[in-house]
Amino acid sequence: MDPLEIARWQFGITTVYHFLMVPLTIGLGILVASLQTAWYRTGKEEYLRMTKFWGKLFLINFIMGVATGIVQEFQFGMAWSEYSRFVGDVFGAPLAMEALLAFFVESTFLGLWIFGWKRLPKRVHLATIWCATLATVLSAYFILVANSWMQHPVGVELIDGRAVMTDAWAVFTNNTALVTLPHTLFGAFAVAGGFLLGIAWFQLYRRRAAGIDTVDAAGRVIVGEDPKLGRNRDKTDHAVWIKSLRLGAMVALVSFLGVAFSGHAQAQLMFEQQPMKMAAAEAACHDGTGFSVLSIGSLRGGASTCEDVVGVYEIPGLLSFLAKNDFTTEIKGVNTLLPEYQAKYGTHLPEDPMYGERAGSEINYLPLMEVTYWGFRLMITLGGMAAAAAAVALWITRKGTVPNSKWLSRLAVAGIAAPFGANAAGWIFTEMGRQPFVVAPNPTFDGIDQVFMFTAAAVSPGVSAGEMLFSLISLTAIYAVLLVVELVLLTRYVRGGVAAGMPELNDPADPGGDKHDDSDVLAFAY
Amino acid sequence: MDSLPTLWFILIAVLWAGYLFLEGFDLGVGMLMRLFARNESQRRVLLNTVGPVWDGNEVWLITAGGAMFAAFPYWYASLFSALYIPLVFVLAALIFRAVAFEYRGKARTRTARNLWDNAIAIGSFVTAFGIGAMLALSTTGLPLNANGDRVGGPFAWFTGYAVLGGLAVVGFSLIHALAFLSLKTDGEIRVRARALLARWMPVGLLPMAGWAIAVVLLNGKALPWVLLVLAVLAALAAWLFARADGEGRTFISLGLFLVLGVATIFTAAFPNVLPSTLDAAFNLTVANASSSPYTLKLMSIVAAFGVPLVLAYQGWTYWVFRKRISEAQIPAAHPVTPIV
Ligand code: HDD
Ligand code: HEM
Ligand code: HEM
Repeated sequence: MDPLEIARWQFGITTVYHFLMVPLTIGLGILVASLQTAWYRTGKEEYLRMTKFWGKLFLINFIMGVATGIVQEFQFGMAWSEYSRFVGDVFGAPLAMEALLAFFVESTFLGLWIFGWKRLPKRVHLATIWCATLATVLSAYFILVANSWMQHPVGVELIDGRAVMTDAWAVFTNNTALVTLPHTLFGAFAVAGGFLLGIAWFQLYRRRAAGIDTVDAAGRVIVGEDPKLGRNRDKTDHAVWIKSLRLGAMVALVSFLGVAFSGHAQAQLMFEQQPMKMAAAEAACHDGTGFSVLSIGSLRGGASTCEDVVGVYEIPGLLSFLAKNDFTTEIKGVNTLLPEYQAKYGTHLPEDPMYGERAGSEINYLPLMEVTYWGFRLMITLGGMAAAAAAVALWITRKGTVPNSKWLSRLAVAGIAAPFGANAAGWIFTEMGRQPFVVAPNPTFDGIDQVFMFTAAAVSPGVSAGEMLFSLISLTAIYAVLLVVELVLLTRYVRGGVAAGMPELNDPADPGGDKHDDSDVLAFAY
Repeated sequence: MDSLPTLWFILIAVLWAGYLFLEGFDLGVGMLMRLFARNESQRRVLLNTVGPVWDGNEVWLITAGGAMFAAFPYWYASLFSALYIPLVFVLAALIFRAVAFEYRGKARTRTARNLWDNAIAIGSFVTAFGIGAMLALSTTGLPLNANGDRVGGPFAWFTGYAVLGGLAVVGFSLIHALAFLSLKTDGEIRVRARALLARWMPVGLLPMAGWAIAVVLLNGKALPWVLLVLAVLAALAAWLFARADGEGRTFISLGLFLVLGVATIFTAAFPNVLPSTLDAAFNLTVANASSSPYTLKLMSIVAAFGVPLVLAYQGWTYWVFRKRISEAQIPAAHPVTPIV
């Protein structure tokens, strides 16, 4: 057993898991804050219900993001101590700033928001959710600065064998980070949009199926009420869901445009900064200009040569466009790049004890092509499908409700998963496409190009495979259990409808939830 | 050039003191969910005393860790990788504890609620013990080689100091939580918390005093002795106030004891941040474990701006939720009934 492999699996599993919660936290948080603003401005009941319902789901998800984030923070020191020593001078700073400037705000103001309904003046209470959600964006910025530095190290010098920060401005305005941030944020909004869309569709369908809402001859909705279920199934309830649905669909559509444009900008940088990743993303062995829609042949990674991969169907010129904004620049293929990398960074790992058993072995500069090639396409395809579905949904629901079709409702719910998958695929592509480096060399500046690190050198030398395996198995098991718990809870609250977020709606003594005097210390209680 | 690493050593001590002070009582309240609360409504009172603030308190831990990474990467790397197994337990405990706070109230059956209560209580205990052990070992030493990596296998860290440090934080947290509850609650809980506090305080604080004495003896310097005496005086004051039912003063004296105790321990250990028990030449010190002056300067600016800000809005949170809670105020639970 090899501690390095286990550590990589562990990092991959724990970050991908963390990043299931993260985009929903970011996207949904901002939507909830916007809904509360709409309520504050208009005083309309449906916005309050929307705030409370989506806010509840937001909290169920948020806490899992917190719990899994702490693992990330500790993991660098625990499993990647050589990495931490090498990069600490520059990489630790954004992490510490994220905690000090973002996490504190997030957690403190969210506590105020949850417990502060009616304790705080309305306007202050609204400000608390904005502080909390804007802090999630700030935290995304800081962590992406850290991650982008690994993709494209800037602002450092190699001193005594480690990266030492010389220019903080360069680190914090790394162009890689500046394009990654919008891409990641739009990706997060795609998740939140799909989430609203799927769940609201399900609720509207249930109203149709129960015969509450009907449609007239022209297909326009006739909103009804269920007297038995009171305020949980009244006309406002319909407004809650149709507004959520259309908001979600619009957010999803706009986000797709956002990821497409920012993704294009990222591809252009990647072409300069990590040409091998770009070639591997295309499974392009030879130089060329076409974007491959489907390639067959041996997409085998692990080899140090690139066999011929045949493009079955290529869109001529598109790759050039993606990378260079024109249709004729030849993009270097793997077979051209391999000798360049070998000439620059060596063919074999140095005979240094930090490489352990790997010292002196051959370096394979080609990332796993199946992963990069399919990861890239999966990201785009899943995102595109979600966006197309959102467009269709906007059209179908233009007359105020959804068709009475169980099949469509199931599809809408299942579709919630697509943007999550696109995000995971994007990260797996970005991170695995960087291999064999954990800190990729920066080819665009002189002087910095000695600041790089092979993943093989990054793992903690003092930690045994057994220890790594123990943590891998326990964390994975815990995560699996908690995923089930979270899904069960989310389902339960979704099925509870608006009253799940506003139990006072079902309280006959106090339907408005206004019963509140000074001895009432707890506006909300666990 | 030497002063920046020293400043950061002090700042990290401050972050740890802040963490132990704040999360101290919510870890203790977590343990008391099982040890103290007698029924469901008492458990809910306990939970709600820390409800709005526990997550903010926990960020002190994340910030302390992040600050170690940024300011002393070698310290962070060696300490965390050497304590791999115990930290896995701490992480698991933190995960379950956090999730349980949020999900407990959403449980529908007694069994489920019981499981979450255990997650809170055990999670709080393991976190307190593990962090205490980690800090104690960082001040007393680990078997590290020249590269700063642990030798001697996955359990080479397990020593009497680890246990002492673990008990120190567990004991302190329990006492601190009782003092917190007597300040934050009313009715039976307040009365019982006060009685327990007056009885058990010396026992609860003893291990922390023991840890401080051990570090002072290991290093033999003068200043820490002075701080140690002051810390013991603060503890005595806390005990006297507790017996005289001075709730606010007890809490403050306890806080003073903690701050002075941490100060004793860190000044005694200075300039070592993590000694090696194999060879003093391998010790990680303020000088050889730190980041570059450039990074430290940058971080100092950020901290000078950030730390007061955090203190201000966290202080405000405590002010907003300053009222005492009692069983009478706990609203009935609202079960979520599916409509679809
Ligand atoms: C683009 C966004 C993003 C990315 C790439 C990551 N995170 Fe994250 N993280 C967040 C965005 C985020 C967030 C949205 O801010 C979270 C989610 C839930 C929350 O509380 O904040 C969060 C929570 C969170 C927490 C808990 C904060 C708290 O208690 O309030 C920690 C310690 C980390 N993260 C650390 C990390 C580390 C070390 C990462 C790198 C491997 C990482 N995150 C990747
Ligand atoms: C700032 C944020 C991040 C940092 C600093 C970071 C850093 C790292 C490190 C140190 C490794 C281990 C070395 C390796 O095996 O490649 C790694 C691997 C990995 N990371 Fe990231 N990562 C970050 C964000 C993410 C996110 C958000 C995801 C996905 C959700 C992700 C997905 C992965 C995956 C899948 C691997 C395994 C790659 C492999 O085994 O080849 N990373 N990353
Ligand atoms: C038109 C479509 C898209 C293009 C051209 C595109 C392009 C890219 C590129 C080039 C990268 C790699 C950046 C690097 O390694 O330096 C990337 C990463 C990523 N993509 Fe996309 N993308 C598209 C759609 C999407 C969608 C729909 C989502 C999610 C909903 C998404 C989420 C991500 C994520 C999370 C990453 C990893 C983080 C990052 O590096 O930004 N992408 N994308």
